[in-house]
Amino acid sequence: MHKNITCTINGKQYLLVVDVGQSLLDTLRELGVTSAKLGCGVGECGTCTVLMDNIPVNSCITLAVWADGKTIRTVEGESRDGQLSKVQQAYVDAGAVQCGFCTPGLIMTSTAFVEKHKDRKVSRDEIRRGHAGNLCRCTGYETIIRAVEMCLEDSE
Amino acid sequence: MFAIERYSQAQSVEDAVRLLAADPEAKLIAGGSDVLIRLHEGSKDFRSLVDINGLAALKEITEAADGTVRIGSLATFSEIMDSDVVNKRVPVIAEAAATVGGPQLRNMATMGGNICAGVPCADSAGALLVLEADLEIRGVDGEFVIPMVGFHLGPSRVALKQGDVLVVFRIRPENYKGFGAAYYKYSMRDAMDIATIGCTAAARLDGDKIAELRLAFSVAAPTPLRCETAEKAAAGKPLSEETLKTIKNAVEKDVKPRDSWRATKEFRLHVIRTLTQRVVRQAVERAGGKF
Repeated sequence: MHKNITCTINGKQYLLVVDVGQSLLDTLRELGVTSAKLGCGVGECGTCTVLMDNIPVNSCITLAVWADGKTIRTVEGESRDGQLSKVQQAYVDAGAVQCGFCTPGLIMTSTAFVEKHKDRKVSRDEIRRGHAGNLCRCTGYETIIRAVEMCLEDSE
Repeated sequence: MFAIERYSQAQSVEDAVRLLAADPEAKLIAGGSDVLIRLHEGSKDFRSLVDINGLAALKEITEAADGTVRIGSLATFSEIMDSDVVNKRVPVIAEAAATVGGPQLRNMATMGGNICAGVPCADSAGALLVLEADLEIRGVDGEFVIPMVGFHLGPSRVALKQGDVLVVFRIRPENYKGFGAAYYKYSMRDAMDIATIGCTAAARLDGDKIAELRLAFSVAAPTPLRCETAEKAAAGKPLSEETLKTIKNAVEKDVKPRDSWRATKEFRLHVIRTLTQRVVRQAVERAGGKF
């Protein structure tokens, strides 16, 4: 069973025919948006994290039909004219990337976190809690937290 | 691909009721964090779905003129955590919401789903039990209200018939005004974990005595439950260590924890006794008292 949906993915409008049993992750990857990855498939690891109307969701347990009328953001759409986004640049500067598998999902979580908290002071504990839905199996959490701190310090 | 065989998107609550009533196999899908996991695991129980995910009217959180807090069944845990009404009037619900899964999950998972799935580990169940929430439900024969206390009938079983849709949680002012309340989730990890034991307490004081204690546990029995024996043992007692001990000893008559791979029955009982004291103390302190 199929449904027509319209959505904006990384600034581009799409009219899509999706199976009602399809996850948003499947749909994105079929379109070549492969930064979001299938890790656990049950919403625990966060490697499929994308922003839906600027809110981080696990796209592996989000039905594609729920993206109808929504705006989806992934890492592919975060840089502008070859310029990395602030969060992406902070990940580079902090050395917050090891094997890289979790990075696209984490960057989207950090992006939403920084946008939500840019006007107030946050503790490391809040950053940790805000990123608790993303697992890094290289366990490089310290530098990831540092990258988020750098983004927030920057906007003060 | 999720093995969904029959699927319809409800355009309204009435529509959802009609669609559910028309197909005895049909189940509701709200935030999907439970249903889609079950489908992923190969469950055949969710092959016919009525989708209410898009019903924005069920997301509203408001305070009525008489002080009743109304939380739409589709409000996500993140929306509940960020709600001024919840934080001002019934903060224990926000406290519980913050312990659910992780951020992405809380952005999708709804409190209605948490309660209607009927799981004994529902993080929001304890708060709704001690606040004695009323569940406003729309069914084939119209609207009716069921109390939260008694809503859970057994593991994965709640007091809903096919065709019933939970619309809103209502919390009356007499159930939160003057109460201090607290929730503690004991789990192996600080995030992305299911409670080994969840304890919620709400206390109302009369000077330096406990006027009323409401105590609820999750994962301490086949359903989330209120602890009548412990509550009776606390009523009218002074704020003393002796009273905390009395409550802790009484609570064992209320709970029925089981062995599972997560924890043994003995360990759960130990956690229940410990949390009873800790959480009752915190609820009393939040009500303005001191042990």
